[in-house]
Order: sequence, then C-alpha cells, then structure tokens
Amino acid sequence: MLHVTELEKTFYPGTPAEKHALGPVTLTLQDGEFVTLIGGNGAGKSTLFNAIAGEFLPDAGFIELDGQDITFLPEHRRAALIGRLFQDPMKGTAPSMTMEENLTLAYLSAGRGGTLRGKAQRRAFFAAQLERLGLGLETRLKTPVGLLSGGQRQALTLLMATIVPPRLLLLDEHTAALDPATAEKVLALTNEIVREHHLTCMMVTHNIDTALRTGTRTLMLEDGRLVLDLAGEARAGMTVETLLAKFRSSLNNDRILLPGSGAV
Amino acid sequence: MSLLVFSGSVEQGLIYGLVALALLVSYRVLDIADLTVDGSFTLGAGASAMLVLAGHPLLGLLVAPLAGALAGVVTALLQTKCKVAPILAGIITMTALYSINLMVMGGRSNLQLLRTETVFTAVRALLGDSVGPLVLLAAVDVVVCTLLGLFLRTRTGLAVRATGDNPAMVRASSINPAVTTLIGLAIANALVGLAGGLIAQYQQFTEVGGGTGTVVLGLASLIIGEVVTGRSSMPRRLAGAIVGAIVYRLILALALSASVTPQNLKLVSAIIVAAAISAPAIKQRVQLAQKKRKAVREHAARH
Ligand SMILES: Nc1ncnc2c1ncn2[C@@H]1O[C@H](COP(=O)(O)OP(=O)(O)O)[C@@H](O)[C@H]1O
Ligand SMILES: [Mg+2]
Repeated sequence: MLHVTELEKTFYPGTPAEKHALGPVTLTLQDGEFVTLIGGNGAGKSTLFNAIAGEFLPDAGFIELDGQDITFLPEHRRAALIGRLFQDPMKGTAPSMTMEENLTLAYLSAGRGGTLRGKAQRRAFFAAQLERLGLGLETRLKTPVGLLSGGQRQALTLLMATIVPPRLLLLDEHTAALDPATAEKVLALTNEIVREHHLTCMMVTHNIDTALRTGTRTLMLEDGRLVLDLAGEARAGMTVETLLAKFRSSLNNDRILLPGSGAV
Repeated sequence: MSLLVFSGSVEQGLIYGLVALALLVSYRVLDIADLTVDGSFTLGAGASAMLVLAGHPLLGLLVAPLAGALAGVVTALLQTKCKVAPILAGIITMTALYSINLMVMGGRSNLQLLRTETVFTAVRALLGDSVGPLVLLAAVDVVVCTLLGLFLRTRTGLAVRATGDNPAMVRASSINPAVTTLIGLAIANALVGLAGGLIAQYQQFTEVGGGTGTVVLGLASLIIGEVVTGRSSMPRRLAGAIVGAIVYRLILALALSASVTPQNLKLVSAIIVAAAISAPAIKQRVQLAQKKRKAVREHAARH
C-alpha cells in the first residue's frame, strides 16, 4: 500500500518563475485500491505521479510503498516497484527493438523478476498475453515496435508495465492520445488487468464520467492540493453534473469531457 | 588484384571488422558518436606491441581490449557523471590518450616488431603462411560476434540496446542508463583495443598517430555492411559489420591499384562515409525537387 505524507514541491524556488506545483498532499492507498484522479490543467496531477515515481526529490514530505520508505530511492530503483504509463504512447517502448525484445526486457527487469528462463517458454507466455489484447499482435513478436500504431504501442506498454505485477501502477492520461475506439479498448484492458492482478493503481483522466465509473475511489487536485476524496456511497451517488457544478472553477480544463462526447 | 593483395585485404578486414562492431555498439545501438576510438585503437596497439617486445604476444591480445575498455569507461563517466556532451567526452579521452599512449610505448613514437614472436608468426608456423593468419582472425571474429550476439540478448544487453532508443524506458526497467552507457562504451572500446592489438602484431609495427581516422574507417565499414546485409536482425547486423569491413578493405585495395596513393586513403574513407551518411538526406531533397517541378508543370498545364 502507498502512504504519501505532507508531500510538497515548488519548481524554480526563489526565481520569478517560482511555481508551487504540489502540496502539502497527504494520501493513503489501500492494497488493491483503484483510484482515479481528476483536476484542471496544471493542478499537479502529473507532478504528484512524478514525485511518487522519483523523477525529482520533493522539497518536503515522505513516500512509503509497501512499508518501505522510498522518498530518496533513485528513480530506476523505484521502477522495480512502480509501473507507469504516459499520455505519449512512444514513451514506454524502444522503437527499434522487436515486441519480443521489449517484452523480454520488461519481463526480466520487473521487481521480483520473471521466472520463465527459457526463450521458447517466454515466447509462448508473451504470445498468450498479447492474444488477450485482441489486437492481433501475438503473431508479430518479431516486429519492431516502431512499426505499431499508437494504440497498439500503448496496449503493449500496459502489458509490459504489468507483465510482472508491480506494487503500484500509475496511469497518467494513458488513453488521451488514442482515438475513441482504441481508447475504450485500452481502458477496458486496464480494468481487466488491474482486477486480475488485484493491482494498486492510480489513474489520471480528464473525463469525469470515466473517473466516476472506473475504480473504487476518485480524488481531485486543485492547485496542488487534494480538494475531494470520493468513495463508497458518496461516490456512487455522484453525477458528473453535480461534480461540475460544485467545482466549475477548478475544473477549468477545456479538455474535461462530459459523458456521451465519445473520448475516454 | 593478386591473391596476395586479396587475402591481405580480407585479413585486414577481419581485424577492422572489430572496429565496425564497436561502432555498431556505440554509434548505432547507443546512438553516441564516440571519438574515443582513435585513441583506444592506438592504446590497444601500443599495449600489445610492448608485450610482444617483452615476449608475451598472447598476453598482449588480452591486455589490449582491457586497456580499450578502460578508455571507454573514462568517456562514459565523463558523459554520465560529469555531464560532458558525448562528442566532447570522446575528444577529451582521445586527447588524453595521446600522451598516455606515448607513455605506454615507453616514450617512443613508434615500435618495430620485426623478428619478434607474435601470434601471427605462431599461427604461420602452425598452419602455414597463407591460411594461418586467416584462420586465426576468422576464429577471433566468430568468437567475438557470438559472444556479443549472446550478450545483446541478455537483460543487460537488451537494456544497453534500449538506452540509445529510449532512455526513459531503461529507467522504467529499473536499470540505470548511466550504467548501460558505461557497459556499452566499455565493450565498444574493448573491441577497438583488440583490433589495435591485432593490427600491431599483424603489421609488426605501430606508431602513436596510427589510430587517427579509425572512427571514420569503422563507420565506413559499418555502413557498407548495412547496405550488404541489411539491418533486420542483430545476427545480420553483427555479420554485416565484419562483411562491411572486408568489402571496404577490398575497395581500398582497388583504389590503391588504381593509383590512389596511400596518403590519400583517409580522404577516400572520409568521402565514402560522408556520402553514405548523407545519402538519405540527398535522396529526400532530390525527391522533393522532383515533386515541386511536377507540381509546377501540372499547374502550368491546367492554365
Ligand atoms: N518539471 C517542471 N518544471 C517546472 N514547472 C513544472 C514542471 N512540471 C510541472 N510544472 C508546473 O507545475 C504545475 C503542475 O503541473 P502538472 O503536474 O503537469 O499538472 P497536471 O495536473 O496538468 O498534470 C504546472 O503549473 C506546471 O507548469
Ligand atoms: Mg498532466
């Protein structure tokens, strides 16, 4: 489980460009909790994820994952525990390497490491996993990833990030750059994988309807602070309209979407 | 071309193929133009020659790649820990190596290995003058290619490959890209050092300026190899580097027989590399110009 305590981050302190981007934020995620995160442009959603993943050190506060204080653990060491997806489908894969090579690297590198040592065994396992995506990728293990479409690459990245289940999965608008149909597919796949591995997961989305429909809890950030924490009945009873009416000003996000407008 | 010239070219191609392999690792895989190469080539040659003179030719071929690897490590640390731009990091190491190479060579600017025992005199005695060196060098290349190919399939090897492709992904694979860069540059310069060590014993001569232009020469070989074997799979690319180096040596031999003087060989190499690397851009410009002319013609025809 994840504990974030009094986490703060200011960019360019002491300069005219000073920007208080995050905090103080205190947050606890239970094991297996699937949380959606919303907020306007620049609310600090990505900054929160970057801090948890260790892209920079926070100015103050602590991060604990699975009982281990990871506040000062280097980014690449945390990566063994944390799987990440970004809006940009190009970010998570090596384009000139084949799908099999990408999957192998992810598989052999994950925290506790994959246990399949034989190449043939692994290939069969990868093919079976790819088949579940329903994108016909299982027959193209030898294809360089650079030749895949954005949606295919994002689905592959999702598979790579979870091929050995991470302790925490951070999804930062990972369907935002995809066309609506592909986005729907990748979101369904996300739900399936998170449920199957009982993953602890945080997902940023700018679609409020998706945020309320997905997972078990919804958080909202405004100016780097948590202003809403919805779960249980309060969340079940919440509608997009009510939420929008209440937070009209803070959801000043021109990409915030209403239900029925298609994109995820 | 006489048989002697031909087999000589193949032998040298097998040696310089190791440099092409090195550039496959640094230039293609890591995406770093590593200029350490000019220095680490001489370093390997100097170390190998000194050990030949001390009566240990085989040891020379072990020390040469180790010395090269060390040079690669220095360049990598400059890049990753001191944030020196990759090209500059290579130039700094290469410059430092000039002095170090003189030290290695006992302060002399060249070393003669005539009438001393080398690995080549040994294989000539064993297998005969004509095939001895060829068999030895082919064996070295096969072993090196195989080991390199196997390494590039391991987790670390895949991470080295991903480093040039997408460093963020390497971090996401819980591997420090600084480490994979270091491993890659160490391997590349070890290969260069080995090539230098072999060439010193092969030519029975080495000089402190002998490595100049090695990087361009290796690039020429690499690019020719890519044209011949393609870039579709790692085994092909590894073999391509060796094949490219052999073809390149044969081209040089032809150029020499067509009365290009030896002094001009590096100019020929430079032209081959410049042409090969700029070919895609030139092709694009030509296509664009054709498209424009066609559009103008069609526009004129409609009016
Ligand atoms: N690396 C950075 N350097 C400087 N400012 C940053 C950096 N990352 C984010 N910010 C700023 O912090 C604020 C929060 O950004 P971000 O977390 O990306 O918002 P969002 O909620 O849209 O993901 C923004 O004002 C942004 O400009
Ligand atoms: Mg963001």
